[in-house]
Amino acid sequence: MAELSFSRENKWLRRLLIMVSFVFITVMLILPLVQVLAQVWDFGFKNFWEAVTDEYTLKALKLSILTMISAVTLNTLFGLAAAWAITRFRFWGKGLLITLIDIPFAVSPVIAGLVFIMTFGRLGWTYPFLEAHDIKIVFATPGLVLATIFVTFPFVAREIIPVLLSRGTDEEEAAMLLGSGFFQLFRRVTFPHLKWALLYGIILCTARALGEFGAVSVVSGHLRGKTNTLPLHIEILFREYHTAQSFSAAAILVAAAILILVFRNILEHVSEKDREF
Amino acid sequence: MKKLLLSALIFIFSAFLPVSGNFLLAADVEINNVSYDPTRELYDEFNGVFEAKYKADTGKTLEVVQSHGGSSKQARTVIEGNEADVVTLALAIDITEIEKAGLIKPGWQKEFPHNSAPYTSTIVFLVRKGNPKNIHDWDDLIREGVGVITPNPKTSGGARWNYLAAWAFADRKFNHDEAKVKQFLKEIFEHVLVLDTGARGSTNTFVANGQGDVLLAWENEAYLALEEAPGKFEIVSPPLSILAEPPVAIVDAYVDKKGTREVATEYLNYLYTPEGQRIAGKHFYRPSDPAIAEEFKDQFQLKMELVTIDDPLFGGWEKAQAKHFNDGGVFDQIYTR
Amino acid sequence: MSYLSIIVLIPMISLAVESSGLGVRGFWDTVTDTRTLIACRVSFLCSLAGALVNAVFGLILAWVITRYRFPLRRLIDGLIELPFALPTAVAGISLTVLTTDNGWLGKPVFDLFGIRIAYTQLGIILAITFITIPFVVRSIQPVLEQLSRDYEDAGLLLGAGRTRVFFQIVLPEIKPALLTGFSLAFARGLGEYGSVIFIAGNIPFQTEIAPLVIMSKLEQFNYDQATAVAVLMLFFSFTIMFFVNRLQAKISRFTGEH
Repeated sequence: MAELSFSRENKWLRRLLIMVSFVFITVMLILPLVQVLAQVWDFGFKNFWEAVTDEYTLKALKLSILTMISAVTLNTLFGLAAAWAITRFRFWGKGLLITLIDIPFAVSPVIAGLVFIMTFGRLGWTYPFLEAHDIKIVFATPGLVLATIFVTFPFVAREIIPVLLSRGTDEEEAAMLLGSGFFQLFRRVTFPHLKWALLYGIILCTARALGEFGAVSVVSGHLRGKTNTLPLHIEILFREYHTAQSFSAAAILVAAAILILVFRNILEHVSEKDREF
Repeated sequence: MKKLLLSALIFIFSAFLPVSGNFLLAADVEINNVSYDPTRELYDEFNGVFEAKYKADTGKTLEVVQSHGGSSKQARTVIEGNEADVVTLALAIDITEIEKAGLIKPGWQKEFPHNSAPYTSTIVFLVRKGNPKNIHDWDDLIREGVGVITPNPKTSGGARWNYLAAWAFADRKFNHDEAKVKQFLKEIFEHVLVLDTGARGSTNTFVANGQGDVLLAWENEAYLALEEAPGKFEIVSPPLSILAEPPVAIVDAYVDKKGTREVATEYLNYLYTPEGQRIAGKHFYRPSDPAIAEEFKDQFQLKMELVTIDDPLFGGWEKAQAKHFNDGGVFDQIYTR
Repeated sequence: MSYLSIIVLIPMISLAVESSGLGVRGFWDTVTDTRTLIACRVSFLCSLAGALVNAVFGLILAWVITRYRFPLRRLIDGLIELPFALPTAVAGISLTVLTTDNGWLGKPVFDLFGIRIAYTQLGIILAITFITIPFVVRSIQPVLEQLSRDYEDAGLLLGAGRTRVFFQIVLPEIKPALLTGFSLAFARGLGEYGSVIFIAGNIPFQTEIAPLVIMSKLEQFNYDQATAVAVLMLFFSFTIMFFVNRLQAKISRFTGEH
């Protein structure tokens, strides 16, 4: 890939910036990561394997993946729709919608969990209805999914909106004038531009959904093997003085994050090839 | 693009399958035991024994689903709709809150022997190997240069026991002069370096991060900390401490809804059998049955004098909570600017 | 729209209803309590500091990742999401181990400068910075990738200095994203509980954060007051979000015209 003149002329600036990045990354990200891995290493492979293959760890992992997938799918669909509506149409209440999307970021996850309890729990105002129809939301899987959705809700929309804003609507209008339908328009004109933003959004959403602790902890009830997600399981292991197993299980999450990274890199690679044709 | 979508779909379904598969293997009877931490090991062993016995007696399979977390947080989830059949928590006041919410009938504390506490514990000091700061009793804590680690009584049940044990000591020492007792507590908390939110956080601060000279801890947790870092610490039992009684109860509203009262009662009763008591002792809880406790006399310092929460000094949990720990209470007055 | 209202609006209404149980007077007394206010101030200042650190380094990181090709670039790129993937408790514990006065990072800092990181406000800032790194970087990155370099090259050809090109051409383009990232980081930092709690000393009036005040009220089964403080926090972050959104709208109106 050709370097553009702007950065090539700036050898020392370039070096400085890269160095600053490395130092920051090392101190803020790599050191903590190494710390975690070093602890896992100290505990030895046997401990690690026991922790990872433990029945409840596996169940927790499955549950985490399930909630993650549900949350990411729903949030992606919603994020696309919302971002599109916000940047392409004018309508009443738009300002409010934009701010509402951000609420989950503004709310402490613990509070987020609490509001679901206040709504769907025994003290909540929907409880008589739910009880009458024998529906369980909080302290069951639906509650976990809801809480995860809530917490990761803005990621996709938030990533796309700036891109759509900075692109403007010219190309779409041109396509429209040339008579293309909505889906064709979306797929051919809009999608290629926001592909990266969408991908980042989904990745952020996935990582966050997998690691979410605060909100889920409040609505879970911690029923082992039933409503215990992996981050909750890790916390409980730690609190039970099983530091070794706890950090080993955490290593699973780190591995998941790395897997996501690999997956994204493959995607990136594939799409770069696509562009050459 | 289509291929990508398709594989994503397959991935989603494959993730659902194993989870739904679990329902097919469900046990005949299932009860939820909402407990606090760290009782995981204790109940892992106890549940196994009880499940086997239940199978032998009735021919049905039983699964006890465990839940662990901070004691009052766990109580809150039960109030909020977490359908526990039995609760085995750290503090009586947490179960009283469930009672107030109308889920447990009043008088639950008389339902089982020993105030419904099948096992007890107490507050001890964990010090570094060789006890370099020579800490043996509560007034050693306020000596110059001693750093104390305890969790925050506002957020941790265990920390409330720490605080009350120190109060009981000071009350004795200063002959019920409450102003001096408060001053003593204030001095202790001036020696507190880090106020973690839970007992486990404090242990980690003390053990893994090397902060402070003495950790105030539940006896059973002190033993767990010893196990985690063998040879680095030792337990000091002060002559006077407090009797911590982690109570158990049946959640009436939920067992009646689910029809599990019988098995839940049997489950809790089994904690009181010699076998149940020994399992408790093995996991560092003091068995409530004096005969079984005697079997563990090498493990526990049984000669400590233990004040109970129902002592006139405290007048039960409800009074103690209101006086000391609620907003604006004595503990808040210790921390004023 | 209806999805939004189920997920966000209904719960928010519940929150308001719950705290209204206190009445105006009770609400006011709860939120103006000195200890609560000081905890809010600690939270506010620490998240502000964390978000500022991230705004600066996040911008540099995003720039370096998108514009330069160098060894380990992919690695850096991939590590950005790490804070989300680590459960907060593990992150908190590791950061604490790292920064106590005998930790890998804490010891040299303490030996050289006599500064303690863990169990001080510095520790809180560090934890918040760690947790919110992805927000800024990942907000700016897509915009930078989209940004056509023609303008920059044109600017350079026309003889503008590099500094000028950056401030007059690049910065205006990424400003909305930068602001978004900053405000997200800030708001997230304000509410962060799980990781901060381990590294903060939690000493009242010094290192006690607002979410901890909420938790300790919950521990007393005091739902009303807990939600009252929550509403106060919500109000803070909502105001910030709203302000930033307005700013963003203004900027995009300008940039939308050329």
